[in-house]
Amino acid sequence: MEKDINNIDKSKAKIKKRSQLKSIVYRYKKNKLAILGAVIFIVLIIISISADLIVDFEKDAVAQNMKERLMTPNEDHIFGTDQYGRDIFARIIFGSRVSLFVGLITIAISLTFGSLIGATAGYYGGKTDDILMRIMDIFLAIPSLLLAISIVAALGPGMINLLIALSVSQVPRFARIVRSSILSIKDQEFIEAAKACGTKNSRIILKHILPNAMGPIIVQATLNMASTILNIAALSFIGLGIQPPTPEWGSMLSDVKTQMRYYPYLAIIPGIAIIIAVMSLNLIGDGLRDALDPKLKN
Amino acid sequence: MLRYLLRRTFQMIPVLLGISFIIFSIMAFTPGDPAKLILGENATVEAVTELREEMGLNENFFVRYFKYVLDALKGDFGVSYRNKIPVFDELFSRFPTTLKLTFWAIFISVIIGIPVGIISAVKQYTIIDNSSLVITLILTSIPGFWLGLMLIMLFSLKLGWLPATGIDTWKHFVLPSVTLAGSCMATVIRMTRSTMLEVIRQDYIRTARAKGADEKRVILKHGFKNALLPIITVVGLTFGLQLGGAIITESVFAIPGLGTLMVTSVRMKDIPMVMASVLFIAFAIGIINLIVDILYAFIDPRVKAQYEKK
Repeated sequence: MEKDINNIDKSKAKIKKRSQLKSIVYRYKKNKLAILGAVIFIVLIIISISADLIVDFEKDAVAQNMKERLMTPNEDHIFGTDQYGRDIFARIIFGSRVSLFVGLITIAISLTFGSLIGATAGYYGGKTDDILMRIMDIFLAIPSLLLAISIVAALGPGMINLLIALSVSQVPRFARIVRSSILSIKDQEFIEAAKACGTKNSRIILKHILPNAMGPIIVQATLNMASTILNIAALSFIGLGIQPPTPEWGSMLSDVKTQMRYYPYLAIIPGIAIIIAVMSLNLIGDGLRDALDPKLKN
Repeated sequence: MLRYLLRRTFQMIPVLLGISFIIFSIMAFTPGDPAKLILGENATVEAVTELREEMGLNENFFVRYFKYVLDALKGDFGVSYRNKIPVFDELFSRFPTTLKLTFWAIFISVIIGIPVGIISAVKQYTIIDNSSLVITLILTSIPGFWLGLMLIMLFSLKLGWLPATGIDTWKHFVLPSVTLAGSCMATVIRMTRSTMLEVIRQDYIRTARAKGADEKRVILKHGFKNALLPIITVVGLTFGLQLGGAIITESVFAIPGLGTLMVTSVRMKDIPMVMASVLFIAFAIGIINLIVDILYAFIDPRVKAQYEKK
């Protein structure tokens, strides 16, 4: 009888020993789809970093070669060529660079500003909170794609302007989620302890509150990056995003409508590239959410 | 109830003012002189100065904003830079097409999404549930415009069943509506499933079963009715997304709605048109949210009772 009790205590101790991070990783690893998403995303990152080693940017992805136009997939061009004779495989490879780069930078910028606004609002509360969040609510009342289009309308199309437009439209989403995480943390004892020690407010926010609110923020960032990649493609598709001849998945689709009756691969391949990238991020985001908060999963 | 309605309507005013201010500020940052934009590169300095004076561009930013709002209240959103017709007329003639497209898209996603969501909740972890999860995952990851291109390829070019462009008959609306419905349907399925899962674990469902009510009645009458509120919220929220998505879908199918108008206006730097379109859509979303809030009270007696007490 006594032995049994000892055993139970030991196993309990073992569970307690596992740090929070480790148990999150453990739960994430058990989710096969989430692992698949992570693997795909890592492969995409490797492809986009080593794009120059795989194909030549100037020669394959940008330079026009009318002799080889509209070739169906063959040995030399495994995805075929487009109406300007450019290799589609090369354009897809370099397109991953644009989508991931713009996506990551957008999330980094909007996360930074969103966190600052959300943290300030949540931490100080009262009037600061009211004013900041009402402004964010107004931004949220405009659909993100619409807001991005209005900003592009003012600044003109192009990669940098696209970056600004997409970042601005994501800021309120992060501000909201950061604020609500902060509200759930700021009344806990360790914050009071930090205050009692005379720690500066900015330090409390950056060093004590934000790290503890990271979970939901990371999930939101992953899912937002998925929708940002969709928005990059959509804006480029209607000619307001990345401008030709820069290879981008969405803009590759914008002028296929006249050709796709006879050359369907022109329309199919870039779309599949977008789906793979977006889906990998969605899988990671869902996996992280379940791993961070197993109670939510049903 | 009436007081609540009035209060909700008044709450829309500051939001709309805020949106108009944000959009007005963004547009004010546009590089280049609107007067030059209208008159063209070769215009004389005198002509540009005169037009600037006429358009009130020399005035203070806030004065200009104030004037814009006052005119907008009277239904005057300015004149298009591109073709000189009043912006409001153009918007008003195109809005019904976009609304029709959005309505059908939501209709399709609700008609298919809710039953699929209910079934996958009731049959949790079965093949049906898993395959519906995979479908929602794919639907959320597909770019809407690409789905549109694929549908055109299959149903217009290959099979020749449905037209790819235009708005003349109901047939023209089938492909665009299905395209637009895609992502919304995924949200509806996910939300229905998770809410239903929560509801069917409640005590009153067990009670209903214990009383011997048949399963169909338990699920639909006792379960679904209680899950309806969050589902309606989501459908209302996706309406905004749909109006945004309609911009892209309309370009794919060359539908003469608000979306194509916006895209051409942005390309032509037709600022009054872009501004009014965004405001118009934001206003429409505000109205939809208001309708959703009112629907709450009708569907859920608890919500209604809350307002009647006050």
